[in-house]
Formats: sequence, C-alpha cells, structure tokens
Amino acid sequence: MNRSTDFWILVGTLIAFTVINTLFFAIGSFKINWDSFGIVIAVGLTLAMYSFLYKDNPAFKIAENLYVGVALGYTVIITWYNALKPDIYDPLFVPIFTKATEPEYLVIVPMILGIFMLMRISARLSWLSRWSFAFVVGLGSGLTIPNYIHTFILKQIEPSMRPLFYGGESIYVSVNGILVLVGVVTVLLYFFFSIEHKGPIGVASKIGIYFLMVSFGASFGYTVMGRMSLLIGRMIFLLRDWLGVLH
Amino acid sequence: MLDKLVNIDRRIIFALVAAAVVISLLMSFSLPVPATPPVMGIYDKINDMPPGSHVLIAFDYDPAAKEELQPMAIALLHHCYSRDLTVIGLTLWPGGTGLAEQALTSIARQYNRKSGEDFVFLGYKPGVASLIINMGENLYTAFPADFYGNDTKTLPALQGVESLRDLDYVIDLAAGASIETWIAFGKEKYKFDMGAGCTAVIGPDLYPFLDSDQINGLMAGLKGAAEYEVLVKYPAQAVEGMRPQSVTHALIVVFVIFSNAVFFASGGWRTVRRGPGARR
Repeated sequence: MNRSTDFWILVGTLIAFTVINTLFFAIGSFKINWDSFGIVIAVGLTLAMYSFLYKDNPAFKIAENLYVGVALGYTVIITWYNALKPDIYDPLFVPIFTKATEPEYLVIVPMILGIFMLMRISARLSWLSRWSFAFVVGLGSGLTIPNYIHTFILKQIEPSMRPLFYGGESIYVSVNGILVLVGVVTVLLYFFFSIEHKGPIGVASKIGIYFLMVSFGASFGYTVMGRMSLLIGRMIFLLRDWLGVLH
Repeated sequence: MLDKLVNIDRRIIFALVAAAVVISLLMSFSLPVPATPPVMGIYDKINDMPPGSHVLIAFDYDPAAKEELQPMAIALLHHCYSRDLTVIGLTLWPGGTGLAEQALTSIARQYNRKSGEDFVFLGYKPGVASLIINMGENLYTAFPADFYGNDTKTLPALQGVESLRDLDYVIDLAAGASIETWIAFGKEKYKFDMGAGCTAVIGPDLYPFLDSDQINGLMAGLKGAAEYEVLVKYPAQAVEGMRPQSVTHALIVVFVIFSNAVFFASGGWRTVRRGPGARR
C-alpha cells in the first residue's frame, strides 16, 4: 500500500473514532464529566499504540512521545513531593526561614553530594561528580558484595545439596532433587571451557544444553503469557469501559 | 502456495490473536483455575495470621505492568482487609504511587477501613536497597511522613512497628528486579517472612527463591492473580482474563506447529543447514 492509502486509513480511523465517541456522548452512554473524557483519551492512546502493529504512523509517534513526557513529568512531581520536599526542603530550608524548629544541617552533606552528581553536565566541574560516585561505589560495594554472596550463592546452593532421602517425603521430592542436582552440574560443566567437551564431559555438557533449552522454553512461555495478559487487559478495557459490551 | 505461507504477513497473525481474545471475552464459558502450591503459600500465610497483624505490600510496578499486578494487589487487599490485618503500602517505583493509592483506598472503602488507622500508604521513596536497609533499621527515619503528609509516628496503624523486623509478612509485587533486592537487603538481613508477586516475564527467574525457602509463596503473571482471586472468592479481571489467555495460548501452539510444518515442507531447513558453520 502506498503512502496515500495509509494517510486515508489514518484519517478514516480518526473520523470513525470521533463519530463513535460523539455518538456515545449524544445517546448518554457517556456522561459529560472528567471520568468519561479520561476513558476517551485512554481509548485513543491505546488504539494509537496498537496502530504500530499495522505500520509506524503519526498517531503512534504522538502517543509514544506523550507517554515519555507524561511519565517524566509524573516522576518529577512524585519525587518532589515524596523525597525532595519531606527530606530536604521541609527539614532544612523551611526552619531556616520560619525559625519554628532547628534546621537539620546534616541534610546538607547528601544534598551537596547529589548536586555534585549533576556537575557532570559541566566539562569544567565534572570532576566533582567523582567524589559522589566514589561514595556511591564504595557504599554500594560494601553493602552489596556480602549480601549478594549470602543471598544469591550460599542460600541458592542449599537446595541443590539437600539429601535425596530423609524419610517421609514423596518420591517426587527426591526426583526433583535429582533433577536439580543433575541440572546444576551439567550446566556448570557446559560453561566450563578449560576442558575440551569430549567423552563424558561432552555428554554431560550436551545434557546441560538440554536443561538450558528447557529453561529458555519456560522463559519464552512465560513471556508469551505476560504479553498476552497485557493485550487481554487492554481488550477488557476497550470492550467493557468504552464499548460497554462486556459486563 | 508454500512460499506465500512462509512469507505470511505478520499482521494476519496479529489480527488472528486479537480476534481470539475478543471472541473468547465475548463468549460466556468458564475454565477451572486451580490454585497451585506457590500461590497457596501466600494465601495460607495470610489466612493463619491473627487480626491486627502487620502486612507490608510493596507496589513496585508502574502502569506498564498494571494488567498483571493490579488484579494481584486487589485480591491481596481483599484478603488482608477481610481478615482485619493492618496493611502498610509503599512503592519503590515513582510510577506506582497512583496505582497503589487507588488499590489501597478503593478496597478499604468496601470494608470501611480508615487510612492511618487500619492501613497506611507511605508513598514513594528513592534508594531501593538503601531505603530497604533504612526501613530495616528504623521505619520512621525512612518515612517520617506518609503519602498524605501525616507524621508516621502518630499513626495508629503503625503502632508496634519500629522496623522491618516487626512486620508479620512482606509481599513485594514487582515488575522488575525489586524482589531480589527485598530478599538480599530485607528478608535475609532483618529476618521477616516474605512472599512475592511478579509479572510473568520475570516469573521463571524467581522460582529458585521459592525452592530455597527465601520466599514462601509466588504469584506469577495473570495466572497467579487469577488463582488468588479464586482462593479469596473474588473472581474479577484476572479470572475473566483466563479464558482469552487459554485460547490464545492454544492458538500460539497451533501457530508454532503450523509454522514448523510449513518450514520443513518448503525445504527451508536445507537452506539453514547450508548456512555458515553447517557440515558439508
């Protein structure tokens, strides 16, 4: 299809969308209030986003850029009211001017480190940001390394080292334990590149590949489920909140 | 004919999937949604808690994951409020504040629960790991005021809670990596019981934590939310979504089988084997 056809498809869709919504307002399906306008805007943006499945188009571009702008604006406002105002402005600046309470001067230290981070925008002053990054990296490493080793290595090793039979458990628990053990060992062997993958090591690494394939398949299946859930959610919104054919 | 099928316009597949979703939503039939042990883990834990216990729900998602995680949050809140538990809500994602507040307050109204007395919404704070550690040391220095600006030390809902150690249960509803962060910097450090709900995409990454008992329950994706809705006897959007979910999954299985059959029938596998690295 040429550009002219695409243009007329876009114009036709916009006219149809306007006519349908006008009709809904005219027959009373939608009352004239902010909730109804909110639904119409949400429907328009949903359809604009899904229009990309047909082809990239101006309606999609507008909706995409609008999303980025709104998300950023929302984040700035939420960060001001939930973080900057209660943690810096109220305890430090308000008492300085009102003299109602003692200002919390300790807040100045993290505030200055935060301002230093922003100095990266200046070529002359960007070196100041290294102090902030040094603090973040040092603190982050100190906190993260021991916690991550404990949580993601030591605690994760436990399930692969459980006894297969300790009485009372079902046969499935033991089979599961064997599968976990075989899976861990063979996948580790597959990623062990210091030995040539021949003979028994080759067989084990091949089994490791099969375990990886099952894992990728499970991840793909879950991803499909997630994407379909998003589509279903939007369809329920369109059919119930907009068209009113679903109750 | 085979060439046409191999090079089928992907928009036909989109249209078929959309049609499958719409038709299965409009048709009235129900499919069983049996609860699985990971979801039962969360349900049983909440069910066994005495009234007045403190449950912290972290709404760590934004509108992009609303369709999967908001039904989960609503079902959980129905369960908590119906059991007279005190809910503490917060979010590590700035985009999650609106959704979290909407869920907390709208369900609270149905059970006549009051903000500050029966539940509290602490709002958003940046920091993620450092915020969790801060809450683990002292909840009131991390959140001196709730989302509405009330002094948290004066809120009856937080009586008896000084830090994360005093919580009876923590549930993280996550669209990103926050569950791992909650486990590493919260659960393992301050020793509280923890459950999780997540989008389907990150679900497979979290089952190892279930196996290692680092979380006692997991709800993954819309299916997890639907199971919880059935358990709390409040079938809503997630249960409704299971019909199109099942139909589209069946359709995708058919697509996979069909595309592989066409691929082999058209001789495409010979072209692939002749490619770089193939044995000659």
